[in-house]
Amino acid sequence: MKPCYIYSAVSISAQHTFDSGLGLLEPLALQPNKVNAHHPLYKSYIPPAALRRMATGVKMGVTAGKKALENANIIQPDAIVIGTGMGCIEDTETFLNAIIKNDEAYLTPTAFIQSTHNTVGAQIALGLQCKAYNNTYVHGALSFESALLDGLLQVEDDSASTVLVGGLDELGKEFIDYIDLIEDKNEGITVPFSEGASFFVLGAIKQQHAVQLKAIKTFSALTLENVRSVFMAFLKENACPPETIDALILGHNGSKYDHYYTEAASCFPKTTVQLKYKQCIGEYFTASAFGLYLGVTLLKNQDLPSLLTCGDTPKKPLKISIIYNQYNGRDHSLILLSL
Amino acid sequence: MGIVSAIGHSVSENLDALLNSKPGITSISSVKTHHANTIKVGEVKRSNADLIKALQLPEHTNYTRTALLGCYAAKQAIQNANITAINSYRTGFISSTSVGGMDKTEIHLKDFATNKAVQKYIKSHHAGDSTQKIADTLGIDGFVTTISTACSSAANAIMLGAKLIKSGRLDRVIVGGVDPLSKFTINGFKTLMILSESDCRPFDADRSGLNLGEAAAYLVLESQAIVEKENKKVLAYISGYANANDAFHQTASSETGEGAYLAMTQALKTAQLNPSQIDYINAHGTATANNDLSESVAIKRVFGETIPDFSSTKAFTGHTLAAAGAIEAVYSVLALQNQVVFPNLNFKTTIPETGLQPVTTIKRKPIKHVLSNSFGFGGNCSTLIFSKL
Amino acid sequence: MSNLKQELKENIIELLNLEEFSVEDINDNDALFGDGLGLDSIDALELMVMLDKDYGIKLTDPKEGKEIFQSIAVLAEYIEKNRTK
Repeated sequence: MKPCYIYSAVSISAQHTFDSGLGLLEPLALQPNKVNAHHPLYKSYIPPAALRRMATGVKMGVTAGKKALENANIIQPDAIVIGTGMGCIEDTETFLNAIIKNDEAYLTPTAFIQSTHNTVGAQIALGLQCKAYNNTYVHGALSFESALLDGLLQVEDDSASTVLVGGLDELGKEFIDYIDLIEDKNEGITVPFSEGASFFVLGAIKQQHAVQLKAIKTFSALTLENVRSVFMAFLKENACPPETIDALILGHNGSKYDHYYTEAASCFPKTTVQLKYKQCIGEYFTASAFGLYLGVTLLKNQDLPSLLTCGDTPKKPLKISIIYNQYNGRDHSLILLSL
Repeated sequence: MGIVSAIGHSVSENLDALLNSKPGITSISSVKTHHANTIKVGEVKRSNADLIKALQLPEHTNYTRTALLGCYAAKQAIQNANITAINSYRTGFISSTSVGGMDKTEIHLKDFATNKAVQKYIKSHHAGDSTQKIADTLGIDGFVTTISTACSSAANAIMLGAKLIKSGRLDRVIVGGVDPLSKFTINGFKTLMILSESDCRPFDADRSGLNLGEAAAYLVLESQAIVEKENKKVLAYISGYANANDAFHQTASSETGEGAYLAMTQALKTAQLNPSQIDYINAHGTATANNDLSESVAIKRVFGETIPDFSSTKAFTGHTLAAAGAIEAVYSVLALQNQVVFPNLNFKTTIPETGLQPVTTIKRKPIKHVLSNSFGFGGNCSTLIFSKL
Repeated sequence: MSNLKQELKENIIELLNLEEFSVEDINDNDALFGDGLGLDSIDALELMVMLDKDYGIKLTDPKEGKEIFQSIAVLAEYIEKNRTK
């Protein structure tokens, strides 16, 4: 079994992350309910003939994917694996509204074609003329993690020497308001709904300062009582006692299910730094891909952004990190990184 | 294995229809559409209310038709595999869908803001919802995910399942896919002008497009260790799999069938088989002008002058989109179990460019290896190979 | 006729999101597909719906489109001859 390293990490988010690392020196304030990503100039990355049909998510994915490959000096990956919770909701809304408005008449195919969940993976393959393995996961808050596991499997068993893995979701224009409408106003999510794309290149050969993706585990359902035993088992499987974990990256979104993070944090000593990030980038099904972006950047730069840390931040080298996410008490994921 | 399709609500009903050349293509009744008179579909003749009753769910659930069909087929698969304690082994669940909760969203979208009674379907819209409901019904808490690569989705779900067992991460995994008919997909395919007004004719020179279908199918994959420990009867082995991309066009397949060619050759390589060892190809064969020509070219490139017996079963079921790979995996296993090639219905004339002749009547013969193709939008091409020991 | 050509150019730019083109960039005899405007088969389907919706011309076979969508000049001539609205 081969080890799996992360060669590059790129993120488009509600902050200036695309151009400048964590981009949190001058944080952008978020609107309360929903927030668009801080978009790069897509014209610089995508030819006009392709760009003219692309909705926000496709633009974000293709651009973040392109930059991740460039940063890793890879022209053609051996696999492209994408995770997206809501898929291409913008074009889905466009086509569905056209059906309703025109009562099934005068419909054109572009929005339908682009609404297919695998559009981003397909457009990246088309742009690169990449005939390799191509897959798309669409499982709510585990969409990105499923894609990451697929990539890890392929590097480990040597069926791919490099894999482009990405997680992305676009906000859309209509459906998000319905989701916001039914969110519990007292106990529900308090950070804004948002969008973003975080892309990574995985590979088997150790490069200088490369962060290793050691393990990933997901659970469809997990009771609060079982969080501790699941964490302990995960640490044991990977031969990392709690005190070896330098940073714990948590997906707090302000809802009553944040208790899960409190429980998880209680598994670790005070010397483990805790970080949360959704107050800066908002919540969406693949927000945890930003969590991984944060983890990788943290280990690479050895820099703790004070906006994200909670409690004491002891000064010490950051070598091992765990990223834990869940959504409304379901779809739990644990990712282990080491330097 | 468990299956519900236009030709039957169980594995044995499906087999019976296949053996007796009884297709399930009819006019549409489950979805209200202005196109009802100009399309034909492969519809599961059980209403949502029937399915809710059969699954013993509360009357006012927020189960979409996707979740209902999926639960129905997945429960069968568990029974069929004689599984009583699902969590006695590390068990995962991988589903696939392209419609997701759209069957309800397309009805209620404009009521979501104001009608409290239908707001329950807001949460069931995303594609992972039906998977989660099926996993919960089966009692699977661990690894659960959903794949959506258009019409090759379920083949990729089966492939991932096989890889997770091979890597030792899981001992058992239930894999497959589900898609109901929906107004959204009917109109989408209509805009592409690839829906046939009559019964579809895969691989025929005069084919005029596809019939959409709805279905769900799941297969239980288990590690060799479980098989030995429990002395279980094995229906078939997954011996080869591959996923490649045509990288040609967002919806159309290339003239050379490059993606399909790569998927088939790589699957043969993982199975360590020569093309001549394939006894039957269950083709993707949607009956669109583009797919059948491109697939035929790819088959010729892989198999040369000696083309194995092949057929598309889509004239029985319609094209069941994300479920198709799972439906046809079940049929591939049935072909191995019963040593029979299922017929390609409605075929008359060979495609002039390729001259390939599918099997058109039931053909009994020794079958050891079956190759099954599933291709989708976005250039996604996947091939699975099922073998008998 | 020249009004129709102008109208077609405007509509096509709008419909197909051809942001990098303006009406002046498109000559009446430029090829719409391939080397000219670079349109493809999906655009052809979009144009067929436009013919139906704006001019009451129904095409059922995408192959017919190939002849008609050669250039703005050919398209305008076809519309003049066949329009029902």
